[in-house]
Amino acid sequence: MTFAAPNPDPAALSRRGFLIAATSAGVAMGFAGEAAAAGAPAGFEPTIWYDIGRDGVVTVNVIRAELGQHVGTAIARIVADELEADWSKVRIKTVDSDPKWGLMVTGGSWSVWQSYPIYSQAGAAGRMALIEEGAKLLKVAPGACAARNGAVHAGKASISYGEIVTRGNLSRKLSPEDLAKLPIKPAAERRLIGKATRARDIPGKTNGQGVYGLDAQVPGMVYARPKIPPTRYDSVVTAIDDSAAKAVPGYQKSVALTDPSGTVPGWVVVLADSFIAANKAADLVKVTWKTGPAAQVSEADLQRRAAELIADPKVGALVVGDPGVDEAFAAAKSKVEATYTTSTALHFQMEPVNALAFEKDGVFEIHTGNQWQSLALPWLAKALDRPETSIVMRSYLLGGGFGRRLNGDYAVGAALAAKAIGKPVKLVLTRADDSRFDSPRSPSVQTVRMAFGEGGRVTAMEHTAAAGWPTLAMAPFFMPKATNGVAYDPFSISGADHWYTVGAQRVRAVNNDLANTTFRPGWLRSVGPGWTNWALESFMDEAAHSAGADPLAFRLKLLDAAGRNAGSGPTAVGGARRQAAVLSRVAAKAGWGKPLPPNTGLGLATTFGQERDMPTWVACAARVRVDPATGVVKVEKLDLVVDCGTVVHPDGALAQVQGASLWGMSLALFEGTTFKDGQVRETNLGAYTPLRMTDVPDLDVEFMPSTEPPVGLGEPATTVVGPAIGNAIFNACGARVRDLPIRPAAVLKAMKA
Amino acid sequence: MTTLRINGREVSVAGPDDAPLLWVIRDEVGLKGTKFGCGIGQCGACTVHIDGKAVRSCITPLKAVAGKAVTTIEGLDPAGAHPVQKAWIEAQAPQCGYCQSGQIMQAAALLQANPHPSDADINAGMNGNLCRCMAYVRIKAAIKLAAGQAKGVHA
Repeated sequence: MTFAAPNPDPAALSRRGFLIAATSAGVAMGFAGEAAAAGAPAGFEPTIWYDIGRDGVVTVNVIRAELGQHVGTAIARIVADELEADWSKVRIKTVDSDPKWGLMVTGGSWSVWQSYPIYSQAGAAGRMALIEEGAKLLKVAPGACAARNGAVHAGKASISYGEIVTRGNLSRKLSPEDLAKLPIKPAAERRLIGKATRARDIPGKTNGQGVYGLDAQVPGMVYARPKIPPTRYDSVVTAIDDSAAKAVPGYQKSVALTDPSGTVPGWVVVLADSFIAANKAADLVKVTWKTGPAAQVSEADLQRRAAELIADPKVGALVVGDPGVDEAFAAAKSKVEATYTTSTALHFQMEPVNALAFEKDGVFEIHTGNQWQSLALPWLAKALDRPETSIVMRSYLLGGGFGRRLNGDYAVGAALAAKAIGKPVKLVLTRADDSRFDSPRSPSVQTVRMAFGEGGRVTAMEHTAAAGWPTLAMAPFFMPKATNGVAYDPFSISGADHWYTVGAQRVRAVNNDLANTTFRPGWLRSVGPGWTNWALESFMDEAAHSAGADPLAFRLKLLDAAGRNAGSGPTAVGGARRQAAVLSRVAAKAGWGKPLPPNTGLGLATTFGQERDMPTWVACAARVRVDPATGVVKVEKLDLVVDCGTVVHPDGALAQVQGASLWGMSLALFEGTTFKDGQVRETNLGAYTPLRMTDVPDLDVEFMPSTEPPVGLGEPATTVVGPAIGNAIFNACGARVRDLPIRPAAVLKAMKA
Repeated sequence: MTTLRINGREVSVAGPDDAPLLWVIRDEVGLKGTKFGCGIGQCGACTVHIDGKAVRSCITPLKAVAGKAVTTIEGLDPAGAHPVQKAWIEAQAPQCGYCQSGQIMQAAALLQANPHPSDADINAGMNGNLCRCMAYVRIKAAIKLAAGQAKGVHA
């Protein structure tokens, strides 16, 4: 089966109806709350998406975390376009957690994709009401009116939205039928979507005024730094010796946390009057832990266990389980098989995780940057032994997300510390603490096979991936069942269920149980495709070479948009045809097939992003030069072509693809850590070395023109760059590398193979 | 007590001599624009100017700045309109923005010392500043803008 990303169904929201109601300051617009939808005589409790003040200011509520994607700007422009608002009068409000918002998550590159239909509808509902009331006030028929730039116009007469809000009666309840009939503007009428604009969050990020989680403070807060246990799960505190720390002025005490939620087992928090003191004292506090089997586990053990599991065909979830795979392999004229690995990788977001927690007026407040409030709140409730309704997560800017803050485990540590001492606690992790407490990208092992029949026709393909599963560790309710009934982590295998037509296909997702017991695997930018696409797109080149075909022509032939790869609307319309288009375009741009200097090679790779029902079509061409003496790879140029449907905020979209592609390059060449004794070995920049300015290649990004619905952009470009570089290395010097990151020694070794 | 000048204002702070200047600035003086990234002087998020030179405040002990002039992002320009800050907006450089105070302080010092840096000069001057969002293309573009070497990337 194919996993469907949890798109909050706009139809489900529409079934509640839409309300416009007068407030003390203007009008509020939103989908009706559950009570109103059920016909209960409850008051106005909608999910308020935006309001318009008497001054005409439109305030758009954004539930998504701002972590560098300028998401508020994109979402507000969707509303404002359909509302025909004056952009200079649109304000963006990032909201705190509240059950009324429903699923509150910023991940999966879903924000714009999920928001687009709902916010478009909300904007259109407001526009129609404003036109109706504006017409009354102008004493003309609604049909004679047009809304534009924050006013309703009829001939030469016009009335501003602020005046309509002040003088008119905008109160409305739109039935689901009314909503369905709302005229959503055609693409040609878009005035903000797809047009150049500046991101609203940027000025505050240039003058020190932007407030991040680390900057949150309240009077009387106590600073805390945790002692991170040797292993994630099975370390138990047996002794705390803080005698040396007592000499640190401002040191208060060290507390072993008791965590009913099991989120921060083995934690000791070192408390002090200042972070300076907490930090210094923490270095001096000696904690003794009793450890379990995880404390022996190394990266090699993790890889060995993954390989062992893959070798057993009975293990795992059959995500794609076509009949006839074994028969096709048995009857094959030729076969190709290869195994690929990826190493553990850290999020290394610039702002180490932190949180401020305190109880006030019966509510536990958590002040922190977070990407998935709906996931953290139940943990907090269990940890604090209080109902979720008495906990609120206040939103701040995030100093990088990349999936790290989907996992709000750090909030639990702060909350428990605050509860333990009955005072506000500001918990801050150092960089090394953050790395050791990270939920890193799991190492992976994958085996890919292809069967060829008569005339070199591809008759079957099998892709098996074994890794630690973040969704199993943190959100098992998000796990669908595969065709064989086994529940699996969809994000750990997505990408392997590709759009190539390959005959009988089998995709098997295997959980590396040793990974899940040793550490807490995390969702890292793109998640599964970070490894699945490394294997898939390296393999497609290997398969092409084995079939004596050109890797571009080989792929294009398989991207035939036949059968299930035809794609269907709204967001997957066009299917593999669109993937073929971006691939052809990038190959043409990069000069595929043209001669190159010695030791220089061009490599191609493509992806559809993460989920098949939200494909973001991306292709990359990497040009590299390999030093044959050292194996050092220099990336000279990256070309990327992206089809993400409608581009809502063009410059923000470009920024996301620029950043994501350099992330992909960094993960391919410069990052990667290893487990040793149950912990990651590289914890700071001396040893963990993300890409720097000098490493940046010539970078060219192009978007395909499109008016299809927008899909996600934050992640997909991450996963094409690694395999494009790997394929370029092969084309430069004949070295096939199959392990990520690609180290010079591996290139040298492969050159000699 | 240690006395120093921060953004033109004389302040006396009580921290121990070896207190990292970063945390003194953030938590004692209350200027939160300077950020904590690595704590070992290798990411540049904590960059401030001491007597006009870019310095990593996370590894600078308080006693080392006694009597000196410290400038943080808040003090670079009273209106936040230093040419580098304006260029940063023009180039739409920040993504998450967390490292940008440090990037801007580093770039301002670079341009002060070398008003017309080459690409290689920019790389050398900025390589110690990590941007995890990897907004490097725009950071470089912004520095060139500030140096008057290029047109805006934005309408």
